[in-house]
Amino acid sequence: MTAMTDAVGVEPVLDIQNLRVTFQTNDGPVAAVRGVDISVSKGETVAIVGESGSGKSQTMMAAMGLLSDNGRAEGRVLYRGEDILGLPLKRLNTVRGARITMIFQEPMTSLDPLYSIERQLCEPMIEHGGLGRKAAAARALDLLKLVGIPAPEDKIKAYPYELSGGQRQRVMIAMALANDPDVLIADEPTTALDVTTQAQILELLADLQKRIGIAVVFITHDLGIVRRIADRVVVMKDGEVVEAGQTAKIFDHPAHPYTRMLLDAEPEGEKPPVGEDKPIVIDGQKVGVSFAIPRGFMKQPVLFHAVEDVSLVVREGQTLGIVGESGSGKSTLGRALLQLLPHSGRVHFDGQDISNAGKQVMRPLRRQMQLVFQDPFGSLSPRMTVGQVVTEGLLVHEPGLSAGERDRRACQVLEEVSLDPAMRNRYPHEFSGGQRQRIAIARTMVLKPRLVVLDEPTSALDRTVQKQIVELLRGLQAEHRLTYVFISHDLAVVRALADTVVVMKTGKVVEAGPTAAIFEAPRDPYTRDLIAAAALEPMHGRVVGA
Amino acid sequence: MATMKTTAAAPVRGRSLWDDALIRLKRNRAATLSLGFLVAMALACIIGPLLTGHGYDQVYRSYVKVGPSLTPYPRAETVAPAARRALRRARVEVGEDIVIGDGIVRIPVSSEGELDQRIVRYIDRGDIFSGARLEDLAADGRSAVIVADIEQLTFLFGTDATGRDLLTRTLIAGRISMTIGLLATVVAIVIGVTYGSLSGYLGGRADLLMMRIVDVLYSLPFIFFVILLVVFFGRNFVLMFIAVGAVEWLDMARIVRGQTLTLKRQEFVQAAEALGVENIGILRRHIIPNLTGPVVIYMTLLVPKVILLESFLSFLGLGVQEPMTSWGVLISEGARDIEGNPTMLLFPALFLTSTLFALNFIGDGLRDALDPKDR
Repeated sequence: MTAMTDAVGVEPVLDIQNLRVTFQTNDGPVAAVRGVDISVSKGETVAIVGESGSGKSQTMMAAMGLLSDNGRAEGRVLYRGEDILGLPLKRLNTVRGARITMIFQEPMTSLDPLYSIERQLCEPMIEHGGLGRKAAAARALDLLKLVGIPAPEDKIKAYPYELSGGQRQRVMIAMALANDPDVLIADEPTTALDVTTQAQILELLADLQKRIGIAVVFITHDLGIVRRIADRVVVMKDGEVVEAGQTAKIFDHPAHPYTRMLLDAEPEGEKPPVGEDKPIVIDGQKVGVSFAIPRGFMKQPVLFHAVEDVSLVVREGQTLGIVGESGSGKSTLGRALLQLLPHSGRVHFDGQDISNAGKQVMRPLRRQMQLVFQDPFGSLSPRMTVGQVVTEGLLVHEPGLSAGERDRRACQVLEEVSLDPAMRNRYPHEFSGGQRQRIAIARTMVLKPRLVVLDEPTSALDRTVQKQIVELLRGLQAEHRLTYVFISHDLAVVRALADTVVVMKTGKVVEAGPTAAIFEAPRDPYTRDLIAAAALEPMHGRVVGA
Repeated sequence: MATMKTTAAAPVRGRSLWDDALIRLKRNRAATLSLGFLVAMALACIIGPLLTGHGYDQVYRSYVKVGPSLTPYPRAETVAPAARRALRRARVEVGEDIVIGDGIVRIPVSSEGELDQRIVRYIDRGDIFSGARLEDLAADGRSAVIVADIEQLTFLFGTDATGRDLLTRTLIAGRISMTIGLLATVVAIVIGVTYGSLSGYLGGRADLLMMRIVDVLYSLPFIFFVILLVVFFGRNFVLMFIAVGAVEWLDMARIVRGQTLTLKRQEFVQAAEALGVENIGILRRHIIPNLTGPVVIYMTLLVPKVILLESFLSFLGLGVQEPMTSWGVLISEGARDIEGNPTMLLFPALFLTSTLFALNFIGDGLRDALDPKDR
C-alpha cells in the first residue's frame, strides 16, 4: 500500500474545495460542514476520521448530492476538473453511481429484499452501462468472483436474506464496482460487521484497489482500520478539518490535540483481581436456551439451540466478559441468566435457585439484577423525561416513595453518572449517544443492584465516548462492589474490564479463563482468529496481574 | 457538570416530541388554516343557532322553499296578494289600494253586513302579519281598515320543504354530525387502544383469541348490525354513537396491535421488563404513550369517516329523527329536491365537505408532524 502514496502528486480525481453544508432545523440553521478541502487521486486511499457528528459523512453525502431535503451545500466538488455540485439530476447521474460510487454502513438494509442478487447487480449495468442482459449476467458473476463470494454461481440466484452480513457487504461492493468507477466512497462499510468479517472486507478493498487502481475515500471512526488501509488521513471535528497528512505521520506525530485524543481512545488498564473468598453472585450450570422455529401448519417445529450447556460462576465484584461474534448466543445467555428467557439447566443468584422462576418470585430480585442495552437510542422510551426514565425502577420497587424523594434520588444518580441533574426534565432525543448510555446506566444504578448484565453497552458509541463509559463502569463497580456480566464483541473493551472471559461460538463455549491468559495465550483457533482480527494494540506498559 | 449541587439544580424544561411536532404542525399552512376553520365551524355550530332568530323546528308555512337571500321576507310585492289570500275566506271585500309602509300594512275592507271583529285572525294566521286590528271603522260598521304589522324574517340560506330556516338547521345538523364524529371516535379509540395494546402486548394465545374475536365482528355486515340495533332499541341518538363506535374500534384495535407488536420488541420495553415493571405499568407508561402518534393520525381520519357514515345511515333513514337533523339528513332532503331548489342541497353539502376537507388536511399535517423519520 505504501507504494501508492507516490500517486499523491498526480492530478486528483475527486477534489472537494471549501465545502459547506448547512441544515435548516427547528432551532434555526445548523452548520454541519464548515469549509472542508479533501482531494483524492487515482489509486489512493484517503480516510476521513472523526467522531459522530463531526460532519465526515455529510461531507461526502453533499459531494454526491445526497443531502436530505433541509440540507444545502456550497463550495466546489470537482470530478476530473468538472464541478458536480448542484448539477441537474440527469447530468449528475452520469457521474454519480457510474464514475463515483458509494457503499454504506448497513448491508442489511442497502439491498432490496425482493430482488435476487443477480437482478440487483445487473440492473445498473443495463441502465447505466448499456450492457445486454446476457452480458450483464456474465459480468455480475465475474464481479461476485472478484469480491470473493463463495460459490458465486449459486449465490447469484440468492435473495439478500439468504446471505450473511459480510456477504451482503461484498455484494454491495460488487454493485459499486459494476460500472468501473474511478472513485469509491465507503461510509463506515465495516462498522456493522463482526471483527473477523471486517478484516476480510478490508483485505478485499485493499486487494481490489491494488488490482483496479481506483481511488477510495474511506469514512470511519475506527483508527485501527485507518492505520491498516489508508495512505492519507483527514481528521475532522465539528465540521472542520483539524489535521490532514500521511497516515504514518499522523499516527506517529499527531499535531492536533483532538487527533491525539482519538489515538489514545483505546480503553486502557485492566481490572484489579478480586479475591477468591468473595461470595458467588451468579452461578449458571449447563444453561441452555432453545427456540422453536415453526415450520408451518401441523408440522413439528424445529428446535434451534441458541445457547448450549454453558456454565459460569461470577463472584462479587468480578466482571465476566462474554465474547463472540453476532449470532454466537452471548446476548441470549445474558437474558437467560436474568430469567428474561426460559432456559434449561440451573441458575443460582446469591445461592437462591432462580431457574425459570415466575414473575412473582423474580420481582423482588429484579432490583438486584439489572440489564444495560447496546442501543442507547432504542433503550430509552422517547416520550418519557430522563427523570421519569431513571426513577421508573423506584416506582416498582419502592412504591412508598414520594415524588419529591424520587426526584432527589434521580438527581443523585444522574450526578453519579456525571450528568447534570438540571437536565432531568429533558427528553432522551435531546442527548448524545454517550449521554444516553449514561442515562441507561443511571436507570440501573438508582436501584443499587448487585449484578448488572451489560449487553454491548459501548458498541454503538465513538471510541472516545466508549473510553469514558468504560471509566464510568469501572468507577461504579469499585464504589458499589458491583458484579458485571459484560457482553461484547469488542475485545479491547473486554480486556480492559473483565476478570474472566468466556469465548462463545454458535451457542457453545469454546474457551474460558482469566483475561490475561485468554488474550496472551489463546488456545482455541477461533479465539486466536478473533484476537488477530481485532488488531489490538499490544499491552504496552500494562502491568499484567497485580 | 458533576459539581452541580443536587438540590440547587433547577430542572431545565425539555422539549418533548410533542413540542417538536407542534412546531412542525404550526409551520404547515394548510393544517393550521384547517384547524382555524374547524374551530370556527365548531363555534358557529354551537353558538350560531342562538343568533339566527329561528328555531330549528320552527315551521313558516308561508315561506316553504324560499331561496337564500340577504333581504328580509316578505317582499313588498308579495304582501298584498298574501293579504288577499288570507282574507279570501273571511267573506269581505278587499279594497284595491292596500298601503304598505313603515313595517305596517293597511288593508281597506268592506262587507255587505256588519264587519266581524274576528276577521283579523285570518290575517294573523300566517307568518307574514302580526298584531292585526280594525281601524277607521265606518259608522255603519260595513267598512274599515285592517292594520297589521309585517313580520320581517331573514332566511340567509332559505328554507326547506316544510318552511324551516335552513341556516339554523344546517348549524344544528353540524352540532349533531360533529358530536357523533367526535363521540364515536372517542368510543372507538378507547376500546380499540385498550383492546389492541392488550392483545399485542400479551401475545401468544391471548392475542390469537382476541384477534379472532375481532375477525368475527368484522364479518358482521355493518348495515345489518345497525338495523338489528334499531329493531331492539328503537331509533336513538346515543345508539348511533355506540353502533358506529362499536364497529370502528375494530380497525383501531388492529392498527394498535400491530404497533404494539413492534413496540414491545423495542429495547426500552425490554428494559422495563428487566426492571420488574408489571404488565399494566409497561402498557401505561411505555406502550400507550408511544402509540399516540398513529392513534392521533387515525383519529383525524376516523372523525370524517364517522361523519360520512352517520350521513349515510341518516340518508337511509336509520339515523337521527325529525325534527332533529344532521348534515346527512339535510343532504338527503336536498337531494330529493335538487331540481326545484338546489340550494337546499348546496349549503349542507358545502358545510359537510369543507369540514371533512379541513379534517383531512389536519390529519395530513399531523402525520407529517409526528413522523419520527423526520428527526
